[in-house]
Amino acid sequence: MNQPGRPERSSLGWLILIAAVLGGSAAAFAYTAGWLAPGRLTPDRMIAALTPPSGPPLGHRRNHAKGICFTGMFEANGNGVELSRAKVLVQGRYPVLGRFNLGTADPNAVDATVRVRGMGLQISAADGEEWRMAMINPPVFAVSTPEAFHDLLVAAGKKDPEAMKAFTRANPEFASFAAWSKAAPWTGSYAEEPYNSLNSFVFTNAKGDERAVRWSLVPTAEPTSIAQAELEKRGPDFLEREITARVQSAPQRWTMITTLADPGDPTADPSRAWPENRRKVQVGTLVVQRIEPERDGPCRDINFDPTVLPQGIRVSDDPFPAARSSVYRKSYDLRAAEASDYPRGEVAKP
Amino acid sequence: MSSVPHRFAPVQRLLHWLMALCIITMLFIGVGMVSTVTPEYLPLILIHKTLGVALLVLVLVRLALRLHLGAPPLPADLPPAIKLGARLSHLLLYGLMIVMPLLGLGMLWAAAYPVVLYGGIEIPALLPQSDRVHTLLWNTHVYLGLAFFALVLLHLAAALFHALVRRDGVFATISPLPQRERMKPTE
Ligand code: HEM
Ligand code: HEM
Ligand code: HEM
Repeated sequence: MNQPGRPERSSLGWLILIAAVLGGSAAAFAYTAGWLAPGRLTPDRMIAALTPPSGPPLGHRRNHAKGICFTGMFEANGNGVELSRAKVLVQGRYPVLGRFNLGTADPNAVDATVRVRGMGLQISAADGEEWRMAMINPPVFAVSTPEAFHDLLVAAGKKDPEAMKAFTRANPEFASFAAWSKAAPWTGSYAEEPYNSLNSFVFTNAKGDERAVRWSLVPTAEPTSIAQAELEKRGPDFLEREITARVQSAPQRWTMITTLADPGDPTADPSRAWPENRRKVQVGTLVVQRIEPERDGPCRDINFDPTVLPQGIRVSDDPFPAARSSVYRKSYDLRAAEASDYPRGEVAKP
Repeated sequence: MSSVPHRFAPVQRLLHWLMALCIITMLFIGVGMVSTVTPEYLPLILIHKTLGVALLVLVLVRLALRLHLGAPPLPADLPPAIKLGARLSHLLLYGLMIVMPLLGLGMLWAAAYPVVLYGGIEIPALLPQSDRVHTLLWNTHVYLGLAFFALVLLHLAAALFHALVRRDGVFATISPLPQRERMKPTE
C-alpha cells in the first residue's frame, strides 16, 4: 500500500525510473534489430543490392532467378565414408531434386548473356535427412567476404565506370574471377559444366576425424567450347531447351569429387583456390533423369540453403554459408509471399 | 481450491522467471538474427529454434500447474478495470507463449525446411510446403513477435509500478526471492 503522507516526489522518482527502464529496453531491442544501425549489412540490404533498377523479380529468386528443375539419383560409391559419416555417402542410391540456373536476378535473361551457371541440389537419405547445396561453374568465387560481395553488387550497379575500378582496387582478389570470366570457354549445355561448392565445409567421420573440404560435380559429358556470339543466335532459352531434350534422350551424369584441405589452406576464402595437388576423393555420381519446367516443378519452392547439412558435415570458418543462409531465407520469404505474381500453370501435374 | 494461495508456488515462480529470461532472450535473438549476415547467424537461429521448442514444452507444464495450483488474488483495492487489464494481459502472455513457437515451427514446415534442433534432434513436418501458409505464418510470427515485446514491456512497467509505487504486495506474489512476508503486517 502507498503509505499515507509519503511525499509525491518519491513516486515521481520511481515513475521516472520505470520510464527509463522501458526506454532503455526498447532502445536495446531497436539496436539489436539494427533499426539504429543503418550501416549494418543486413539480408535486406544484400537483397536491395541484388535488385535490378527495373525492380525486383516478383515471385522469383532474388538471384539465380532463371532456372529449370530436375530430379534423379545420387549414387554414392562408399568412398566418402572414410571422410564423413553422412548417410548419403554410404554406398547406395539416394533421390535428388535440383535446379539448373543462371547467375542473374532477371528471370527472363537471355541465356547467352549470363556468365555464371549454377546448380541447386538436394540429396535425401532414406530417413529423410537432407543435404542441400548451391554451386556454380567458376573455379573461384568473385570475392573474399560477404561484405565485398555487397560492395561488388553496388559497384556493378553503378553507371559510373570509376565505381568498378575503385572496387577492384579495394578487392584485388576479384582478378582471378575476372580472368576466368573473360577467358573461360562457353559451352552450349548445362550438362557440360562443372558445379563447384567453392565454400569449404568440415567433414567428420565416424571416428570423429575432421577435415575441411570443398567439392565439385564434374560433368562426364565432354565440354564443347562455343563462341558466345554463336550461343546468342540459339534463342533466349536455348539452355533449357537443350537440357530438356538431352535428358529426355539419356540421363546425364556428374562425378562428385571432394578435395581435402591441407593445414594452412585458405578455407575461409572462396576466392582462393587450393593447390592442385591436394588429395581428391570421388564419392559418387549424380544422375539427372528428368527435367521439369520451374513454374510447376518440384524445385521451385525449395530453398537450396547451403547450411542444410546432414550429420557428418558442418560449416567451416568460411563466412559465406552463414551469410547465404540468412539472405536466401529472406529471398524465400519474399518470393513465397509474391507467389501470385508467378502463378503456377492451370493444369496440375499428374 | 479450499485455501487461496498467498503467493505463487515456488515451482510457478521458478518457471515464471526462467521463462521470462528465455523469452526475452528469444525476442532479442529473433530480431538480431534476421538482421545479420555474420557467421553468428547460424548459432543464433539454432538457439532460437531449440529454445523456442523448449519453451513450448515449458509453457504447457506451466499452464497445467496454473490450472492445478491457481494464483493469489490481486489486491482488493485494485480498480476493477485494472484487474481486468491484468487478467487479459496475462491471458495474452500465455497465448503468445503457446502460439509463437507453433508459428515458428509451422512457418519452417510450410517452407519445406527440415527443422533440426541443437544436438541434431529433428522434428518431423506436420504441414506440407505451401507458399500461402508460409507467408501467413511468417507474417504472424514477425508481427506477434513485436507485439509480444511490447506486451512484455507493459507487463514489466506494471510489475515495477506495483513493486515501487503502489507497494501492494503483487510483486511479492511472484518475486524470485524467499520472502520476509511474515514480518510485514500487510494485507
Ligand atoms: C554472400 C554471398 C551471396 C549472396 C548474397 C547470394 C545470394 C543469393 C540469393 C538471394 C539467391 C536466391 C535464393 C532463393 O531464393 O532460393 C541465390 C541463389 C543461388 N546462389 Fe547465391 N549468393 C551468394 C553466394 C553464393 C556462392 C558463394 C555461390 C556458389 C558457390 C552461390 C550460388 C548460388 C546458386 C547456385 C543459387 C541458385 C540456387 C537455386 O537453384 O535455388 N551463391 N544466391
Ligand atoms: C517474457 C517475459 C514475461 C512473461 C512472458 C511473463 C508472464 C507472466 C504471466 C503469464 C503472469 C501471470 C501468472 C498467472 O496468473 O498465472 C505473470 C505474472 C507476473 N509477472 Fe511476469 N512475465 C514476464 C516477465 C516479467 C518481468 C520482467 C517482471 C518484473 C520485473 C514480471 C512480473 C510479474 C509479476 C509481479 C506477476 C504477478 C502478477 C499477479 O500476481 O497477478 N514478469 N507473468
Ligand atoms: C517463444 C517463442 C518465440 C519467440 C518469442 C520468437 C520470436 C521471434 C522474433 C521476434 C523474430 C524476428 C521477427 C522479425 O523481426 O523478422 C523471430 C523470427 C524467427 N523465428 Fe521465432 N520466436 C519463437 C519461437 C520460434 C520457434 C519455435 C521457431 C522454429 C522452430 C522459430 C523460428 C523463427 C524463424 C525461422 C525466424 C526468422 C523468420 C524469417 O524472417 O524468415 N521461432 N522469432
